[in-house]
Amino acid sequence: MTAVQMAPEAPGAPVTVAATGFRLAARRFRGNTLAVIGLALIVVIVLFCFVGPFVYPTDQTHTLLEQANQGPSAAHWLGTDAVGHDVLGRLMYGGKVSLMVGIAAGVLATVVGTLWGSVAGYVGGWVDALMMRVVDAGIAIPALFILLVISAITNPGVGGLIVILGLVSWLVPSRLIRAETLTLKNRDYVLTLRAIGGSHARAIGKHLLPNSVSTIVVAATFQVADAILLVAYVSYLGLGVQPPATDWGGMLSAGLTAAYSGHWWLIVPPGLAVILVVCAFNAVGDGLRDAFDVRGR
Amino acid sequence: MTNEPILRTTDLGVSFSTESGTVDAVRGVSLSVAPGETLALVGESGSGKSTVALAAMGLLSGNATASGSAVVAGHEVVGAAEPALRALRGSTVSMVFQEPATALDPLTRVGAQIAEVIRNHRDVSASAAAAEAVDLLRRVGIPDPESRTRSFPFQLSGGQRQRVVIAMAIANAPKLLIADEPTTALDVTVQAEILELLRALAVETGTGVLLVTHNMGVVADFADRVAVMLQGEIVETGGVEDVLLRPEHEYTKRLLAAVPRLDVAGDRPAAPVTDAETKPAGRPGAAPVVDLRDVSVTFGRGARAVHALAGIDIAVHAGETVGLVGESGSGKSTAARVALGLIKPTSGTVSLFGQDLRTAKGRDRRALRSGIGVVLQDPVASLDARMSVAECIAEPLAVHRRGMSSADRRRRIDEVLDAVRLPRTLASRAPRELSGGQRQRVSLARALVLEPRLLVADEPTSALDVSVQETVLEVLGELQDDLGFACLFVSHDLAVVQHFAERVVVMRQGIVEEQGTTGTTLLHPTTDYTRRLLAAVPVPDPVLQRQRRTERLASLAAVTA
Repeated sequence: MTAVQMAPEAPGAPVTVAATGFRLAARRFRGNTLAVIGLALIVVIVLFCFVGPFVYPTDQTHTLLEQANQGPSAAHWLGTDAVGHDVLGRLMYGGKVSLMVGIAAGVLATVVGTLWGSVAGYVGGWVDALMMRVVDAGIAIPALFILLVISAITNPGVGGLIVILGLVSWLVPSRLIRAETLTLKNRDYVLTLRAIGGSHARAIGKHLLPNSVSTIVVAATFQVADAILLVAYVSYLGLGVQPPATDWGGMLSAGLTAAYSGHWWLIVPPGLAVILVVCAFNAVGDGLRDAFDVRGR
Repeated sequence: MTNEPILRTTDLGVSFSTESGTVDAVRGVSLSVAPGETLALVGESGSGKSTVALAAMGLLSGNATASGSAVVAGHEVVGAAEPALRALRGSTVSMVFQEPATALDPLTRVGAQIAEVIRNHRDVSASAAAAEAVDLLRRVGIPDPESRTRSFPFQLSGGQRQRVVIAMAIANAPKLLIADEPTTALDVTVQAEILELLRALAVETGTGVLLVTHNMGVVADFADRVAVMLQGEIVETGGVEDVLLRPEHEYTKRLLAAVPRLDVAGDRPAAPVTDAETKPAGRPGAAPVVDLRDVSVTFGRGARAVHALAGIDIAVHAGETVGLVGESGSGKSTAARVALGLIKPTSGTVSLFGQDLRTAKGRDRRALRSGIGVVLQDPVASLDARMSVAECIAEPLAVHRRGMSSADRRRRIDEVLDAVRLPRTLASRAPRELSGGQRQRVSLARALVLEPRLLVADEPTSALDVSVQETVLEVLGELQDDLGFACLFVSHDLAVVQHFAERVVVMRQGIVEEQGTTGTTLLHPTTDYTRRLLAAVPVPDPVLQRQRRTERLASLAAVTA
């Protein structure tokens, strides 16, 4: 490699970026079968919820009591519920809400947590101490409790649920990102930059954020999985989106009243959907973490 | 029976299976250690010397496969089952690792840790083991062992911790002691004491020692025989004097030539130094490039305050190199960071290029900073892994020369890459693909890209192999001759400073112990501390080293008597 003379690049060519790190990560991710299955599953479920209704249109707004509580048939693949809604169609309809709320809340939690944690870690001193005590206090109160109280008081819609879920789950990512920032800000390349007069903005924008991207992405994946579960909890307890709108947790809750009548098609599909999505996101998160882990070579 | 070697490896090979295929780390290594003998296994990083030591303990990681044979006191280690190995480790063969801080359990009292090792292999009562632990602490030279046995590792100094590790290693009177870089993490004066201890123990008990090290001075001080490793194979084996003084293999010759040697005065210090050297400013006339006057730095406050620097004066003039030496905790890195403006002094003044750093504000301050170049110790942490080499080098340009066109920038990057003797093709590579020496040269290129008037180098070659260190220092010296920048060179290695710096500042516990021209201060030191520091540096010449050791011990005995 030493004696080889490189073909001279165009003199004005921009400084090239070393992309090998991401390529290596992508290769490792592909090698993780579980993570690839998880990713495929997420794509399938998203398509199912958002494109499915166009392929398999159903009426999810009007009650059709004459068709209530039917088992699976050619007309209704997964049967109908107590007010006559097609369950397969309802699975898509409710999944849209579950996924939207889960993903948006997970991303919101990660964004808030990243900002909070990186500011605390980078500034340090009493600012850090104060900000982290706020996080400690937040973690000391069970998230589910806050969630239920706020939901009971406000009766939130989709947007409200996103905000509430985001605001109760940013605490853990903020701690993660703070730890990451603490180690990064004392790296020699950050010190070198500061010594020659580089600004804080440059240190954060050019070094701290790009180097914590892997942590942030992994945290976000797990946050989304958690948020989808949380939405299901809240709706299961009847405090989520209100009928006629629904989500997978709400479907479970409604179906449970019919459990003793043997109407399994009301419970198994939404339950399975929640489990599959949460497992898929966790598998992808694991895969990403391994793929980004530079220390493990 | 006495001539039967305690360790014999025959055609030992180790290969690792990694993501990028199988790597043969060790090939065909045959060596032996007799009872009471010390065999030094030397080589540069990646030569496989530590892997041989781990293979002899049966401690290889899961992705490694060993072949050939390694027999320890009659027991075959290669392919042996874990229970058999466990019985062997700690009793027949034991190990001293490089880093005493991580070799000890931070939550267990040292006496209990030693007692645990004893009771793992021998059926003795807890109180007997505890009593024995105290004896062992006494044997390894820990003062007041009765109370020290109740200390936690963090309450001990680095040297004392390493003594505890050694006490654990010898607790069951092993026949073979494997020491992997046992003094690399320690200061030279502590290193000398630990080597003295290991030597005494080996002589006393007839233990065979396999010493793994990269430091030729340690080899000269301690070893009876030497095996030199290169890329997984042994290239030369022989008695310590033969190998170090009359090397036969080309690689050994090159390795020894690259070791910086400490020049020592033939006789005792002559005339007292002239007063020109006691003044901080060596060259009258021109103002110093950086001038620290009566600088103190205190971390924390109240009872827990740490006085990192207590009123030091250091000045560096254009074109000269000032070596800043001292042991860990002496404040040398803190002083360098004050000069860089990364740490604000608690009191005293720092002027950079004739301007006071405290009064310079905003744009002036930034302009001042553009005249500084920095090279830090760790070749891995110095470069952002997410950037290409070119981006790393261009960063100072992005900070201080915002208007520069990308063509000019590209040209400047090529110029500095040429200057540090790296091929221009490296520009688009990731730092990860570079060797340690290449990375440090990239750091140097980044430091030089703005044509600084001051270069601050904090242990720039400490993490590098000697042959690589030689190249990096050579490049640095040539560039200084060409560009005329001043250099503040922080190092713990007196030999490197002696060869590289014109003036030297010896620091100890936050104060300047002594400073002057390198030739005078390091050959005829005026303070006891500098003299002790110099005496503790092992030189890679077994005959000379033996003589230095005797002198050092005699002078220590004279002090304590």
